[in-house]
Amino acid sequence: MKKYDRNKMRQLFLGSKERRGILPTIALYVILIGLAFVFLYPLLYMIVNAFFSPDDLTNPSVTWIPTKLYFGNFVQAYYTLDFFRSFGMSVFLSVVPSLLQLISCSLVGFGLARFEFPLKKLWLVLVVATFMVPTLVLRIPRYLMYYYYGMLDTVLPTILPAAFGQGLRSTIFILIFFAFFSSYPQSFDEAASLDGANRFTIYRKVALPAASGAIVLCLLFSFVWYWNETSDLSLFAPNIFTLPQQLRMFSTKFSDLYGSEGAMAGGESVRTLNSSIELAGTMLSILPTVILYLVLQKQFVESVERSGITGE
Amino acid sequence: MSKNNKLNTGSTIQRRNAISGYLFLAPWLIGFALFVAYPLIHSIVLSLNEVLLGPDGIEYTWQGFFYFDHAWNNARDNFRGALTSQVSMICYMTPVILVFSLLIALLLNGKFKMRAFFRGAFFMPVIIMSGPTISKLLTQYTVNFSDGAPLLYDFLASLPAALSTPVQYVLDNLVLIFWFCGVQILIFLAGLQQVGSDLYEAASIDGAGAWEKFWKITLPHLSPLILISAVYTVIDVANYSRGAVVTMIDKHIFNQQYIYSYASAMSWIYFLAEALVLVAVLLIFKFFGRKATRE
Repeated sequence: MKKYDRNKMRQLFLGSKERRGILPTIALYVILIGLAFVFLYPLLYMIVNAFFSPDDLTNPSVTWIPTKLYFGNFVQAYYTLDFFRSFGMSVFLSVVPSLLQLISCSLVGFGLARFEFPLKKLWLVLVVATFMVPTLVLRIPRYLMYYYYGMLDTVLPTILPAAFGQGLRSTIFILIFFAFFSSYPQSFDEAASLDGANRFTIYRKVALPAASGAIVLCLLFSFVWYWNETSDLSLFAPNIFTLPQQLRMFSTKFSDLYGSEGAMAGGESVRTLNSSIELAGTMLSILPTVILYLVLQKQFVESVERSGITGE
Repeated sequence: MSKNNKLNTGSTIQRRNAISGYLFLAPWLIGFALFVAYPLIHSIVLSLNEVLLGPDGIEYTWQGFFYFDHAWNNARDNFRGALTSQVSMICYMTPVILVFSLLIALLLNGKFKMRAFFRGAFFMPVIIMSGPTISKLLTQYTVNFSDGAPLLYDFLASLPAALSTPVQYVLDNLVLIFWFCGVQILIFLAGLQQVGSDLYEAASIDGAGAWEKFWKITLPHLSPLILISAVYTVIDVANYSRGAVVTMIDKHIFNQQYIYSYASAMSWIYFLAEALVLVAVLLIFKFFGRKATRE
């Protein structure tokens, strides 16, 4: 009787084959919460500090909880970021390249997966090899090329490479489409072509609908990566301001807008004042993608699971 | 040609396949020529020549390996120092990122409440990670271990530098390293879901513990994905916009004295260094792969 109880307790706490016990469960949650805290600490810090009023910032007793909800930082950050215009530019420079990237990468993936042609191996190797070339090496000659064709400070340096399968990390998308299009049987194509479909129709009507997982992955990840791209943009189009670009120039823009006030206040208070406003600006600039992510979280995560990367 | 049509149907189909294949490939071929092949060659030309932007276009004067020599040996810019620091950053961060991602994927690979929440939280940084966001969030306001755990730092200082430098680096950049893990975690999670539960059951019947199951079943199944993630991580970290070499090259593109050429030479040295790291990664995986199959 006693022994039986001990066994039962043991199972309850340490777990059995069928279910996890209480102790491992607690350990799991403690580790996960701890890790998630470290992952998200900068974001928590940002959210809290963005609501600090100037008084809270100078008050040493206020570290985590603001005394009142203060939205002044956001107002100033909103004007500094020129939010609506930058937001529109960000949307444009993320949606258009993502769609172009989707079209070009799926076409190339289809071509490589469904046809036999000379030098195919070479092109496949080169597709992978382009991923390994650091963007840094290509930056200067590309700059000169855009300069020569008068494309600097336009949206073309962002859009054109995407249209020709050389956008941000397009290798990944080409390979994923390649894997998707290689995995369905050739007889589908043959049946469609007996029905009189040409090859482009097969791509559009048979292949693409079967690759919805790859399409979702390509669109979501391209969007996010294009949204966050700044290093090429700041060289090729320094006067095109997306939200991250505005954030990069935040302090300059801020002193342009609020210059006289900044000069008047002077000293310690200006710097601390700026840190809260800067964080409010950071928060505003990442808010659109965060909202998108909260809505589409499941698609983001599951698109990777269904990407065929595991090679089933 | 059309006369032989009946005899040559095989080769006609082949030819039609080849034409269609190249038609589908055409956008990429154009893009490759314009945005990769030509810039690569141009970059070599730039790094070996002095560039003069005249009214009739660019003029080149042959300089040989002067800019490479200047980048490598000029003490003022200390390119070698930046290169060392960035390459060691890649070498320290890659294994840590892979191990962290694998651990987190293992923790998340089960059924429990709030799994979706944690999975979402660990992937979150990918959504917001841009150069400016990192510089605003991770450089000024990050967790500082030296205040919280001075003992840890005293202990580290007592270790030989070869050991303490990487550990210190990882601790100092812990959040940044975590933020590089998002995609890898998802890749590993997807891989873990593919390992059949029957294998684990069979292993349990044979008396294998969790530890043995991990080394004998999980890891071998994941090894191709680990290689993919390793290559992805090296490239991702190498292109990180706030790395020492990347910022230095960006700064020197419009160098007054050696416009374009100096930065091009630096970028080629960096390219070679990155290629060496990738080769090392492949060799390590080959070595361990052979060892695993021998066992």
